[in-house]
Amino acid sequence: MLLLILFLPFLHIKRLLIVRKLGLACILINLTFITYAQNGTQQDFKAYDQQVPGTQYNLKMVPVQGGSFTMGSNAADNAKQPDEIPAKKVTVSSFWMGAYEVTHDIFDAFFRDEGTPVGSEVDAVTRPTPQYIDLSWGMGKTGGFPVNSMSQDAALMFCRWLYKNTGIFYRLPTEAEWEYACRAGSTTVYPFGDNPKELGKYAWFKGNSKNKYHKVGEKQPNALGLYDMLGNVSEWTLDQYDEKYFEKLGDDATDPLTPPATRYPRSIRGGSYLDDPAELRSANRQHSESSWNKRDPQIPRSRWWLTDAMFAGFRIVRPEKQPTAEEAETFYNKYLNK
Amino acid sequence: MNKNNSSNQSTRREFVKNSSLLAGGLLAAPLFSKANYFSGADDTIKIALVGCGGRGTGAATQALSTKQNVKLVAMADAFQDRLDNSYKAISEEIDAKRIDVPQDRKFVGFDAYQKAIALADVVILATPPGFRPIHFEEAVKQGKHIFMEKPVATDPAGVQKILAAATIAKQKKLNVVVGLQRHYQNSYRELFKRKDAIGDITSAQAWWNGDGVWVHPRKEGQTEMEYQMRNWYYFNWLCGDHITEQHIHNIDVINWFKGSYPVKAQGMGGREVRKGKDYGEIFDHHFVEFHYADGSILNSQCRHQPKTMSKVDELLIGTKGKIFAGAANIVDHKGKVLYQFDRKTENNPYQTEHDELFAAIAKGQFKFWDAELGAKSTMTSILGRMATYSGQVIEWDKAINSGIDIHPKEYDWAAMPPVVPNADGFYPVAVPGVTRYV
Repeated sequence: MLLLILFLPFLHIKRLLIVRKLGLACILINLTFITYAQNGTQQDFKAYDQQVPGTQYNLKMVPVQGGSFTMGSNAADNAKQPDEIPAKKVTVSSFWMGAYEVTHDIFDAFFRDEGTPVGSEVDAVTRPTPQYIDLSWGMGKTGGFPVNSMSQDAALMFCRWLYKNTGIFYRLPTEAEWEYACRAGSTTVYPFGDNPKELGKYAWFKGNSKNKYHKVGEKQPNALGLYDMLGNVSEWTLDQYDEKYFEKLGDDATDPLTPPATRYPRSIRGGSYLDDPAELRSANRQHSESSWNKRDPQIPRSRWWLTDAMFAGFRIVRPEKQPTAEEAETFYNKYLNK
Repeated sequence: MNKNNSSNQSTRREFVKNSSLLAGGLLAAPLFSKANYFSGADDTIKIALVGCGGRGTGAATQALSTKQNVKLVAMADAFQDRLDNSYKAISEEIDAKRIDVPQDRKFVGFDAYQKAIALADVVILATPPGFRPIHFEEAVKQGKHIFMEKPVATDPAGVQKILAAATIAKQKKLNVVVGLQRHYQNSYRELFKRKDAIGDITSAQAWWNGDGVWVHPRKEGQTEMEYQMRNWYYFNWLCGDHITEQHIHNIDVINWFKGSYPVKAQGMGGREVRKGKDYGEIFDHHFVEFHYADGSILNSQCRHQPKTMSKVDELLIGTKGKIFAGAANIVDHKGKVLYQFDRKTENNPYQTEHDELFAAIAKGQFKFWDAELGAKSTMTSILGRMATYSGQVIEWDKAINSGIDIHPKEYDWAAMPPVVPNADGFYPVAVPGVTRYV
């Protein structure tokens, strides 16, 4: 047994296959990960492909070198909103970010994973209940369309499932990380400048989307190689939405985060295919509200799905510094099912 | 009350009381043509919830979210745990002042509905659909206004029971809303207003293709009746199969826009994926061709198979264009968009159906008689099931008058349901070409 545990870290990639075949391996996976983490193995900080367990799909992960930036709207932005000011200097640590929004194909590996129980058991990896109606609303599923209509909780549970099956810690980006990555060094209204007329080259928005989302990665990426940061589907971030975010933010905060305490409002960024250019500004902030699930005929309403937020999607991040297994569990238990 | 106006005004309480006295169609002229006035605390509209699952809990929450002075006064369910969970969930959503359901007004068991109905002005009927005919009949008998979920029956005998009670409800001027909520949804209402833009409707398509629903594994010590009640979706006497339980929504839209009901149906279906003993007797797919009297055809498909194309939608094709319900637009045959509904003006139809019902009740108005259309769209879906189960052409007139009744002889935890598993735990399933109907 001991030998097996010692060897497993070297079998890291093959482990996924083992796990799916053997019940015993479920026990081993945790031990493996602990060993892996304790070894302090850290991957080189460069782009890589994260294979999605049980599929042929990869999540392309792009390195985002940490640093400081000015978060929020600058004075010259005519469309700025009260919840985007006063802009402040913020520092974020290094992380990888998904180059693309998570697709239906990839999310389905989790949603359809028969090895994961369906439901809402607390403190476990569970997967979403079936959709009562088709919540892609006919906009497209297989072939690279972004997954949509899920709650922030369901998006984060995908991260936990990925962690459980790969040993690598993933989560949603914080608002600060999201805006830092979106700006990619820019200080203008949009990552490419101030002129909304150029938006169509980079984003699907109300003016060009024909009322539906499009396959990820069809538009030009930003300077970091991140596609569809603006538009297409809006992207969940980890924070509770707070309209006084910037007022409360200290000077030169590092890795700020407003932990979720109530189900609504949660923070979501980037604007969507249904939005006007002003809502796709790098600094623009949006948030969920209870009406996003108003057509759920059941009470209690679904923890997983939103009947009236067909524009909501997400992408994942991986902090450069991998937390310990204990820290990871604590994190998921703290943020999920709140 | 102002004496000068008393001839055409009434308190709602009198309205409710009078309504219950009108059995047998004794009343010719409407009593309350104008708004009435409330006096003091007497304007409370008392609600009873019968069927405390997720949908019943949702419906009660919506009823309790209306502007009127409403109060939940009684609850009924076959199961104590379902009732308790529902009470808790409603309490989390709704102001405590609107909830007054002490222990002695929480009724559990097969006969719970009678006691709860007696205590209310308005009843919400949201049990599994197999019980709807007897619950509706009772609520009408007791002179209550009614919100009832779709479908309203699971067999032709049940449909007839609903139709008979619907006639009495009309005579008594009892408002009846059926949870075919597309009738209360802005986009559908706007499309309906403009349906003439596509000329004569010559064909239609309807879809409910999805993953399917929950299973509650069999537990030790459960009687067969309790097992089936917990897993009601998979038994026809309770559910009617998913063509009836879910796909009725889409079929009903076509009936609504056509302004008529099919005269016959033929189709195919079976169990291809969902075949285990956990899934009772229902099919996992149906494809039905419904024929209307004018020769137009509805192609209807419903499927419960994970990882297949999912789609819930309706399409009407006319001589001049098409109505796409999901996209909420009307397009001519050259592809030109004649009308596009603005999604930002969409409402929550589950709330609207209660808003409109309770507003009418408070004003003493008789505005809603959905029971008949609910019964006939239910019958359409049952016609489809009879067609796919038998593989034969099924005629409406024969089917609705067949007297087919698939219900148990008695409702009791120890009673044997009409369908039971074989020695291996599998339930009998219809076989096209062998299974007979009508």
